[in-house]
Amino acid sequence: MTPTAQDLIDFVIAEARLIDERRFPEWLQLFAEDGIYWMPLEFEQEEEHLTTSLMYEDMLLLRTRVQRLEGQRTFSQKPKSRCQHLLQMPSVDEINHEDNLYRTYTPFHYVETRFDEQILLAGWARHTLAVVEGALKIRRKRVDLVNSDAPHRNIQLFV
Amino acid sequence: MTIYQNNVEAIRSLIRDGEVHRDIYLSPEIFGLEMKHLFRNTWVYIGHDSQIPNKGDYFSTEIGKQPVLMVRHTDDSIRVLFNRCPHKGTQVVIDRQGNTGKFFRCPYHAWSFKTDGSLLAIPLRKGYENTGLPESCASRGMTPLAHVHNHRGFIFAKINDAGSGFDAFFGGSLSSLDNMIDRSPQGRLEVVGSPLRYLHHCNWKMLVENQTDTCHPMVAHESSAGTVKAIWEAEGGDGPKPMAVECILPFMSSYEFFENMGIRTWDNGHGHTGVHHSIHSDYTAVEGYFERMVEAYGEARAKAILDENRHNTVYFPNVMIKGPIQSLRLFKPIAADKTMVESWIFRLVGAPDKLLERTAMYNRLINAPTSIVGHDDLEMYERAQAGLASDGNKWVNMQRLYDPAEEKSPNAVYNGTTEAQMRNQFRAWEKFMTLSMEEGAVA
Repeated sequence: MTPTAQDLIDFVIAEARLIDERRFPEWLQLFAEDGIYWMPLEFEQEEEHLTTSLMYEDMLLLRTRVQRLEGQRTFSQKPKSRCQHLLQMPSVDEINHEDNLYRTYTPFHYVETRFDEQILLAGWARHTLAVVEGALKIRRKRVDLVNSDAPHRNIQLFV
Repeated sequence: MTIYQNNVEAIRSLIRDGEVHRDIYLSPEIFGLEMKHLFRNTWVYIGHDSQIPNKGDYFSTEIGKQPVLMVRHTDDSIRVLFNRCPHKGTQVVIDRQGNTGKFFRCPYHAWSFKTDGSLLAIPLRKGYENTGLPESCASRGMTPLAHVHNHRGFIFAKINDAGSGFDAFFGGSLSSLDNMIDRSPQGRLEVVGSPLRYLHHCNWKMLVENQTDTCHPMVAHESSAGTVKAIWEAEGGDGPKPMAVECILPFMSSYEFFENMGIRTWDNGHGHTGVHHSIHSDYTAVEGYFERMVEAYGEARAKAILDENRHNTVYFPNVMIKGPIQSLRLFKPIAADKTMVESWIFRLVGAPDKLLERTAMYNRLINAPTSIVGHDDLEMYERAQAGLASDGNKWVNMQRLYDPAEEKSPNAVYNGTTEAQMRNQFRAWEKFMTLSMEEGAVA
């Protein structure tokens, strides 16, 4: 597969839809086995390992999250949270067939709700994608919240 | 209507041997009195001196609800000032940290103050001639706090003259802070990055009590730690555990594990879990670290420092530290039903970066608003805050392993599932709530 710009855009939009539809096991399939989901704590944070982030998760931790969301004794998901992504049209920042490297940039608004409480988060998602065994996969999804360092309430699903 | 103000008996009636009244968590009046008495009579954590290394550096925070800042003065000492202009009350700094140079300048009318708080200059000063300004409160500048103590980098302050001095207040509990600091081959910590900030709709004391609640991890965290365990075992469960698995798996330890780990209490409401071992005891050794510790301290002392694996140490009223992880959590009261938790991490100066990597990982896995472990806990606190509205029972139980003898000996070691530390906190709560109350006085 040689992805076009439209393929990348479609991928990012489909990814958000899987989360909104709570199809989390399918969503996990979008990640490469060494994929990382990163949500930094600080504005324009570059350090990944030697400072605090909100999330820096490999597949083991992401699988844990997904399995936990369906757990019988996951009390913080009784009742379950719901979420909705409103994406700006993703920009394609890089198409590099030679290095199998594709990057997109997607400003978003994200709503998560449970019981009567609703939170609104806004920010920018940066996807680093690669073709693995004929399909686009996420090598890295970096999510920067506009107010990443604010005192947050629970964020239980996936921005 | 006020029930508790200047009513020492009414305050005392909220605490029984093994239970406390729900007003302690629900009443806005009690919350106001905590701000007025408890948070002014106790030594409250301000920050770490590595946050303000240079002259003029400042860091702003709160004691209870009161805005304060710490600043490095021109003589290199650290001062703590109330963060309000003596003129109209404007907060002089509102950013969390920065450098103010040689003086603070109020953004409203340009009154300026030296970094010890004293008034430096007022524009159009002649307008105050013969007005009695030198006798006014305003002429005293930004009020400094009289009681400030720097314990090996950790800055605490106390607003009131009432209450104990620093050493008497903390007593033997400083051994936990010391152990965290001694884990640096140079005996020095540095704050790393911003704190996680996590807003809870519950009373601040529920979070503090949870720090020594060893009967909840295997229950409330079954969803998170239990899932990690299930996935790890499903994937074979052998070989070296990834760092994240090492951090989370011990939350699923048995009751027996927690019973045997022990709880120690100290006078004035301080205490810790993990006397004999803890969930932090079995981390994989980081290459090169022990060697650097031996070089710095000698082998026997290095071993003694690293064999101490205390779990959570509570510094009354609202701090928890984890020595083996190098983290500090601050439970900041906002309202009777609102608390902001700040989770800070430290670098062990002179130690390999791998230790900081574990510290940062632990912080995001356990303390973040995005943490599955955090989600488990918040759910329980907020259900309790809501459940306490029920008139069916106005008391919260803290009777587990209660022994009347504990009241006479605050410094003791217990079975690790006792609620003795929670009771210890409430004895301190009663003491520091009533210390500055004038019986029957009009507010």
